[in-house]
Order: sequence, then structure tokens, then C-alpha cells
Amino acid sequence: MRGSRPTEKIMSGCAISGILNRRGKRFSGKEIMDSIALMHDRSNGLGGGFAAYGIYPDHKDEYAIHMFYDDLEAKEKVDYFLNRHFVILVSEKIPTREVEAINNPPIIWRYFVRPDERKLSESGLEEDEYVAQSVMNINANYRGAFVVSSGKNMGVFKGVGYPEDIGEFYKLEEYEAYLWTAHGRFPTNTPGWWGGAHPFTLLDWSIVHNGEISSYGANKRYLEMFDYKCTMQTDTEAITYLFDLMLRKHNLPLEVAVKAVAAPLWSEVERMDDEEAKLVKSIRAVYGSALLNGPFSIILGHKDGFLALNDRIKLRPLVVAEDEERTYVASEEAAIREICSKPEKLWSPRGGEPVIGLLEGRSGV
Amino acid sequence: MSLNYNNPEFVIERDQDKCIECRVCARQCANEAHFYDEDLERMREEDINCVNCHRCVTLCPTNALVIKEYPLEYKKNSNWTGGMISNIQKQANTGGILLTGMGNPTDKKIYWDHILLNASQVTNPSIDPLREPMELKTILGRKPDKVEFDEEGKVKDLPPQLELETPIMFGAMSFGSISINACKSLAQAANEMGMMYNTGEGGLHEDLYPYKDRTIVQVASGRFGVHQEYLNAGAAIEIKIGQGAKPGIGGHLPGEKVGEEVSKTRMIPKGTDAISPAPHHDIYSIEDLRQLIYALKEATNYEKPVSVKIAAVHNVAAIASGIASAGADIIAIDGYRGGTGAAPTMIRDNVGIPIELALAAVDSRLREQSLRNKVSLVVSGSIRNSADIVKAVALGADAVYVASAALIALGCHMCQKCYTGKCNWGIATQNPELVKRLNPEIGVERVKNLIEGWSHEIKEILGGMGINALESLRGNRLMLRGIDLTEKELEILGIKHAGE
Repeated sequence: MRGSRPTEKIMSGCAISGILNRRGKRFSGKEIMDSIALMHDRSNGLGGGFAAYGIYPDHKDEYAIHMFYDDLEAKEKVDYFLNRHFVILVSEKIPTREVEAINNPPIIWRYFVRPDERKLSESGLEEDEYVAQSVMNINANYRGAFVVSSGKNMGVFKGVGYPEDIGEFYKLEEYEAYLWTAHGRFPTNTPGWWGGAHPFTLLDWSIVHNGEISSYGANKRYLEMFDYKCTMQTDTEAITYLFDLMLRKHNLPLEVAVKAVAAPLWSEVERMDDEEAKLVKSIRAVYGSALLNGPFSIILGHKDGFLALNDRIKLRPLVVAEDEERTYVASEEAAIREICSKPEKLWSPRGGEPVIGLLEGRSGV
Repeated sequence: MSLNYNNPEFVIERDQDKCIECRVCARQCANEAHFYDEDLERMREEDINCVNCHRCVTLCPTNALVIKEYPLEYKKNSNWTGGMISNIQKQANTGGILLTGMGNPTDKKIYWDHILLNASQVTNPSIDPLREPMELKTILGRKPDKVEFDEEGKVKDLPPQLELETPIMFGAMSFGSISINACKSLAQAANEMGMMYNTGEGGLHEDLYPYKDRTIVQVASGRFGVHQEYLNAGAAIEIKIGQGAKPGIGGHLPGEKVGEEVSKTRMIPKGTDAISPAPHHDIYSIEDLRQLIYALKEATNYEKPVSVKIAAVHNVAAIASGIASAGADIIAIDGYRGGTGAAPTMIRDNVGIPIELALAAVDSRLREQSLRNKVSLVVSGSIRNSADIVKAVALGADAVYVASAALIALGCHMCQKCYTGKCNWGIATQNPELVKRLNPEIGVERVKNLIEGWSHEIKEILGGMGINALESLRGNRLMLRGIDLTEKELEILGIKHAGE
């Protein structure tokens, strides 16, 4: 039941939810589990998951590598790889509890690691790029092994099942984070694969996503030119890499990346002043292949906050709310009201209009 | 002189009951296939002169005319077909090269027709272009890997780009090979539709200067009509290395077509043959091409994108990669079915490769080398309908050139006799009597209608796929499936088989 990596593209519908404490106060995973559980019918039990930021304060300067292994043989091979390229400070099983609805999980492991100094300097890469390449290497070349997350002071907990069961399985009520995102999945044609559940991650970036990207084939081949290997056959992986490319590698401001993936319509550009029109046109000309087409709502999580975004003609639902300390985002209003019955503000962002939630004092994701 | 062994290709059937002897057919036929027989007091025909251009049939007021293939059949033989035999007889008569016009008509596989498109069902809504925006705008030119900002945070200028409202341009056809009225029709239609047209190697007639913002000026091996003002008149410059219909050889405009206006525009004496040599006299290597690209950029102050057009030949992927790194902003690739005003038949029908395979190979190679995003890719030869365009874009093209289709919109009936200069439709001719048959005002409307119809169809197909911007289709080969193709063909096209 743990399933195998699919060879053709997966289509799925979904529920998403996210909660940020803008003051950086950490809170238990209980609330996000309640929020996503309310949208039970938007999933079909074939995938659920959570991303949590701020959960490892004792290891905040090390990369937290969450892994799935099909068997011990796969684990031995990856252990060998990690030992050669990293200094492993902690290597342990991620604690779980028996849950009736969760069957046949893989071996779920986490490591806290630092890149090996000598290897890192020999590689000539930045530390993040060194880690990113290692992650992509494991995912592409190590059968039976899958990197679930690889950021600092964050982690992803996901699997095959309804999200509320997955949360219980991972004992998420025992973790405290300042930013939680969650996902319930409704794939149409595949047996659930543990690695295929959301969130998808690379370094600090995590994505939960509702929708299907009809531009996937174009996005994937574009990313390949920048050495990203899309091996998961899902839109969400491609979206994660697109943001990584634009924000980390190309060092673009978040607003610019948003204008690439949800480009303003040309009819809107005609109404812009010259300077803005020039900016938008340049982005579209250069990053046309990064445009995400088709219905989607996504929450891009990061250590500094999140970005929530709809496709430019709003073909998927997305609701946002705020109270004194927190920003909430979800597929349905009810999923917010479930945990915050009277928000100060609540609205539906327009298609292509980014909602950026930031920790206080941070200027951008 | 020996007997002419050739038989007519066509037979003209005239219904004498319907014929009113108005003689319009005789007046309209530049090939003199119709004449009035004073003795018999009725219209008669000279079948051997007929090229089957349908001019007489279309204009006959009583529908008295039918043209058919000449029914005389050779004894059945799959090897020595009638066409083969009559070609030999023609050459035995003249000792010349077999000439022909328009694209390769032979019965080889057309890959477009073995590719099927996708559409959304349930999981992903299709988009209705009547209700939702649907964007076909296409931007051609060299792109940096990323957008850059100056110290004030303002976005830096991109290299020069061409903006098209639809991913279609009119392919290179020179004034000389086609009439001024045909040129005007295309130029004005391009202008009104937000497209581009291409001068071919004919220079730029002064009547076409008003459309310069929509003009791609070509520089080919004969350098006809090339001067500083010409280069700066267009919105982009295209270096023509080769053409799909005749890869590896030059061009030849016979002196009979070089009248006053053509002579002025091409800057050659009236009545002389305009011969474009096979290679450019100054390009014998890729580094020479680079020099010409930069010479043209220097001459135009780096304000115009430079395109390089090549024929699709066996190692087209490696050549295209070289062209991209030589500094071209746009690479245009012309497939072996591409049209021509005149080409040796043996070359047209036997040299080069299909554009579908060339495009797939080039797009894949440029991606492997991380060059694809830097350079734009335009394909042609032959694009017959909007579905071909959608398939081309999904295989990886930025835009297409259409030429034969545009001429058909103007009245061409594909008789393939462009090289004779006797085009009864006023298109491929310089004879003033014939040229005036093509009214450019009507021509503009017809060509515009065609592009409008195709653009609507592209939008419908895109919407069906759940896509509302053409960029999301570009190189999106998941939207394609092959049918009746071998593993190897699928591998080259980079697509799956239907059912996979």
C-alpha cells in the first residue's frame, strides 16, 4: 500500500490550509489538523500531509532531512551517501503512533546534518545549492528512497491516508510551529504513493497545491534546462522548483516571481503605466515557460512566511483571513471558521493576486 | 526536331450546350489553352497548354468547363510511373533541369497527420475562449536567462524583440517571385493583424515602406536590394542560408521577370537574370555566419533582432545549436515540404527532412544545451492549418511562417507553375495584365480572414486543453500523442503513442 513512484502524470483535486503566527509564536499542530479535517470530502484518503516551520529550535542551524525508505537496503545506500557528503549529527526514526486507517508505512527517518566542509568547498557550490543537488540526486538515483523535506528548522509529515489520520499518525499535536500548512489529496488515478503526498519541498520551500497544471509539460522541460529533474510526475514538484529557480537561483523579488507564474493578462498590461508594463512584459518574455496554466491554488511556505496564490482566472477556491496575530488561508471559509470563528478580516483574493503573509520584521519571502 | 513525346497532363471538357462563346476563358488563360475557332465558330481547347489552375473554371459564367486529369494511362507499373516517364521525355527534348514550383507534393508521410492533440475532461476544466481571455501574443527575440534590475531597482532593457498578436508570420516571398499586389496584400494584412511578413530576397519596394514595422527584411546570398536604409527599414533582419524546397542551392529569377520595378528594387539591370549563388560569398563556416550576424547588428545599432533561416537537413540540430551560439536571435527552419517560386524538381522532392522531425530534434538539442530559452524558434514548410500550428508550438516552436497557405487565400490553386511567370491569378507573375487581376484590397481581406479564422481555432484548441496562454503550450509535448508511428519516430518527436 505504500505504493511505487508513478511513471505517468498524476491528476488530483485537493484541500489546502495554512496558519501563520506573524509574531513567530509557536503553536501545536492540533489546529491545522482540525482545519484540514473539516474539508474531509475534498480528499479521498490517498494522501495527506503537513509542513511545519519552527519545530526544531534545538537544531535550527542544521538541515533537517526527512526520509521515506521502502526497505533497509535503500536506507543503507542513502546512509552511505549522506555519510560521504554530510556530517550527520542525529539520525533517528520519526516517532509515529498506530492508527487504524494508516497501513503499511515506509521506514520514516530524519537526520540533522551539515554539509561536509571539505566536500562543500571542493564542490564550489553555495551551501543551499549543495544540499539541493544532493536531494535531487537521491530522488532521481536511489530506488526506494525519497527525500520528504530538507530545510532548516522545518519538516514535512505526509503519507497515504486522510490528512487528519496522517496528523494523528505523526503525533503532530506534540510539535509546535509558527507556520503550518496542510494538504488533503484527491488523486484520480493512482494508488497512493507516500512520496506523492503533499507538501513538496526543496530546502526551506514547501508547497501545498490544489489543482492541475495544464502547463506541466512546458514547465518541466523549462526546468530541465536549469538542471532540475522532475521525477515525481506531479505539478507540485514542478511548482516548487519554479519558485526555487526564480527566488533562490535568480534572486528575484517575490512579486516578480508571482508575475511570472500568474502573469497579468495582456489586457491588464495595456492599462498599466509604462514602467510597470515594461516590467511585466520583460518578465513574461523571459519567464513565459514558468507561467502556470490551469486551475490552481497554492500555499508556498518558507521560513519567513507564506505566499498564497490562485491561477489568474481563479479556477480554484482560496479564502484568506486575519486576526490580531495570525493569518489564515484555506480552500474553504469553513476551514478557517473552524479554528477562528470571528476573524477580523476575511476575503477571497482575486485570480492571480498574491497574498503574502510574513513574520513581523521580515521584508519578503 | 523530333516529335514531342509528351501528352497533355489535363483535359479540358467544355459543355458546348452551356458555352455561350463569351471567350472569357481565352482572355483569362495566359497559357493559351482556350481559343475561338473561327471556322467552327465555337470555343476549342489546347489541352497540352493547360496547367489546371482553375482560372477559367472559376470565371466561366455558365459553368461550362471541367478540367480533368488526362485519362491516357501508361501500362500499370509501380516503378516506371507516368510521371517518371514524362519527366524523361521532357529532358530528352530539352537537355535541361526539371523545374517546378510550390512545395514537395510526393506521397511521403506527413507527420502532422500522425499527431493527435489532448483536451481536458473533469479534473481540469476546459476554458471557453468566448467567455475567458485567451492569449496568443508571442514575443520573438533573444532572451536572457533571467530578468535583471539596475541599481534603482528598475528592470533592465531586454534585447530587441518582435511582438506578434498571433504566432503566425508570412514566410519569405520576394517581390519578383510574386507580384507587387501580392506583396501589398501580405504586408498590409500583417500590419493590420499585428504579425510580420518577410521580404524574401527581393529588396523592399517603396510602396511597402509604410508597413516597415511589420517587415522582416531578408539578406540572402545575392544581396539583392540590400543597403543601409533597407536594413534599417524593417523590424528585424533575416539571413537566409537555405530554403526547404531547395536546400543547398541558390535561386534564379529569370530576366523576363525583371521589369522596371523589380530592377529598381533589387538594384540590378532590367531584364537580367537575378542569380542568388548557392552559398553566401562571405559565409563558409559558422564563425563567418557570426561575423555577418554582428555586421548586421552593427549596421542597425543593435536595435533589430537577427534571424537565421536554414533548410531542415540531416544534422539540423547541431547546425541550429551553432547558430544559437553564433548570436542569432531567431532561428527559422524550413522543412522539405516548404514552397518555392522555382526549384529543380529532383532537389525539391529528394533533399531535406520533414519539419516535424527537424523541429523536435532542434528543440530537444537546444534544451539539452540550455540554449532554447535564449533563442526563438520559427518553423515552416509546410503549415496547412491551425492544428499544424498548435502541434508545431507543442513540439517546441515559438511561431510559424506560412506562405503557401497565404497565397492560396489570395487565389493560388496550387498548379505548381509559378516558375513560368504566367500565374493567371496575378500572384507569381510580373506581367502587368496578370498582376492587376489581384486586387490588393480584396487580397488583404482574404488573408486577414484566414489568419483570424486560424487564430480563433487555435484559441478553441488551447481552451480545450485548459490553457489560456500560448506560452503554456510551447514545448508541452505531453499535449501530443502519436498514431501509427514507430518507436523511433516517437522517440525523435519526443511524444508518447496514443493510449499511453
